Amino acid sequence: MESKFYEEDKLLVFKITDEIDDCSVQKIRRRADYEMERYMPKRVVFDFDSVTFMDSAGIGMIIGRYKFANIIGAKLEVSKLTQSVKKIFEMSGILKLIPVAHDIEQDARVF
Amino acid sequence: MKDIFENEMKLEFISKSSNEAFARVTVAAFVAQLDPTIEELADIKTAVSEAVTNCIIHGYENKQGIVKIVGHLKENEVILEISDNGKGIENVDIAKEPLYTTKPNLERSGMGFTIMESFMDTLDVESIVGLGTKITMSKRIKPKIENEENEFQMITKD
Ligand SMILES: Nc1ncnc2c1ncn2[C@@H]1O[C@H](COP(=O)(O)OP(=O)(O)OP(=O)(O)O)[C@@H](O)[C@H]1O
Ligand SMILES: [Mg+2]
Repeated sequence: MESKFYEEDKLLVFKITDEIDDCSVQKIRRRADYEMERYMPKRVVFDFDSVTFMDSAGIGMIIGRYKFANIIGAKLEVSKLTQSVKKIFEMSGILKLIPVAHDIEQDARVF
Repeated sequence: MKDIFENEMKLEFISKSSNEAFARVTVAAFVAQLDPTIEELADIKTAVSEAVTNCIIHGYENKQGIVKIVGHLKENEVILEISDNGKGIENVDIAKEPLYTTKPNLERSGMGFTIMESFMDTLDVESIVGLGTKITMSKRIKPKIENEENEFQMITKD
């Protein structure tokens, strides 16, 4: 996973570059929570563009980060969902709760 | 007469979460013999990942045990049995309901069975408390373009 904090926008972007399963979420979770606490962003975006595999562990991971973001007063969004990631998120209904960011393209070009 | 294509494999590994990727990639390589589309293969990988993860975190609750996969290919259908000798499921019908999980504290979402059910054509769960759980799922791989089949018949004609 790569991350970047945009100080002026208080925006923290996580670009997930691993496969997302029960094995890998522990690392993602730990790092995301640590950085959210450290930067205290107002907006957190998870970028799924480079995710080649995700199972239900990804649903639990995002819901958990959504709750954590709420605690620190940040809004969480997801972006660049691949076809298969979208299929799984839609099945779980979490896209009714978590918005899909469309304007992140520009900012995330840094990666 | 055209021979029926059949194949079988067995895979056993210890219940470590780092074996989840190994299991789904191995099954995908086996299923590739049926020439699935990328999407069909992705669906099967996800279903395998769900089943194997369940064996590891629910069946064995992260204690050491053996996860077993038996895969069959028959004509254009893949049949997978994934089993553990772990704690078993008390009520399978309740366990299969969307969003039902006994481990919300581990950030599980209770969507595993729902995903297996919708990504595969059939799903069957057999479980005995104290003895373990076996899930059987199958999926038909849609045949590809017709003229490939003509070629195939010519080669296999005796
Ligand atoms: N192999 C198994 N052994 C024992 N219990 C199981 C097994 N598989 C599933 N279960 C039980 O069935 C419940 C539902 O399983 P399911 O995969 O749908 O959700 P989950 O694993 O809890 O969450 P998710 O898969 O979304 O991360 C589990 O919480 C567990 O109680
Ligand atoms: Mg599960």
